[in-house]
Amino acid sequence: MHENIGKTEHIVEYKTYAYIWMALITFTGVTVIAAGMNLGNWTVFVALAIASIKGLMVMNVFMHLKFEDKVFKIFAMVAFAILMIFLGGTMNDFITIRW
Amino acid sequence: MNGTIEVQAVPLHRDDEGSRMGMWLFLFTELILFGGMFIIYAVYRFSHPAEFHLAAQELDTSVGMINTIILLTSSMTMAMAITAIQKKDKILSMALVSATLVLAFAFLVNKFFEWSTKFSHGIYPGSTELMGKPPGEVLYFGLYFVMTGLHALHVMIGMGLLAVNLAFIKRGIVTWDKSVKLETAGLYWHLVDLIWIFLFPLFYLIH
Repeated sequence: MHENIGKTEHIVEYKTYAYIWMALITFTGVTVIAAGMNLGNWTVFVALAIASIKGLMVMNVFMHLKFEDKVFKIFAMVAFAILMIFLGGTMNDFITIRW
Repeated sequence: MNGTIEVQAVPLHRDDEGSRMGMWLFLFTELILFGGMFIIYAVYRFSHPAEFHLAAQELDTSVGMINTIILLTSSMTMAMAITAIQKKDKILSMALVSATLVLAFAFLVNKFFEWSTKFSHGIYPGSTELMGKPPGEVLYFGLYFVMTGLHALHVMIGMGLLAVNLAFIKRGIVTWDKSVKLETAGLYWHLVDLIWIFLFPLFYLIH
């Protein structure tokens, strides 16, 4: 007899993973091509935007975040927000500091 | 009750969602660990843009791209291994975990040759060749070795977790009904992939 609170009922099909893999490979190609173009200061932002799209696909589908309870998504967003506060605060200090 | 003894089965407490949440919380600490280094990277790239650009020319984009494809593919086989076990296909699940292990090993072999090439060019932490370079390039290679090194360490730990889970599936400890151990190992593996997704453009694609 089991008392199981959070048994996974959601089974993701193989083909869903295959499609996500194809999208990830495509975006890897896109990021390499984009890096070859002369985008000036935008280069790093384009690279990070593409990496973020890939990261979201990995988290949502491969890591099943999409199928988890809402609290998982809130936690993930809070963790990301904390990292962005650290990054934003550090960069702001670094850019505006008078040595 | 007519002399019969009623045997009460001891309820086995299980909370798969709680187990996955535990792994996610651990992964958030990993995010902050690598995040700290990404912040250092951001600050130094901002202060030494030209030198970072120059130093990045030393890296072989195609090696980085091959390793990206290897890790993305290993993430897919890992995710599929969980689907397989949930569909009661034990053999396929074991094959997919094994495929993930082979890909992880291939990643490390590539990394080994990549680092060896750098070493043979005299570029390794503290080398006279590297120390003779401008400060920005020293910072770039310092971050490169520490961040890809820590990432490679995570690949090795992930391989250990996968190997243990392979044995678990074989012995029936991980089954279609009790797959949470494999699921949490999978979450760890996907994090390794996730970090590489950001490391690749930031180190290999500064043109």
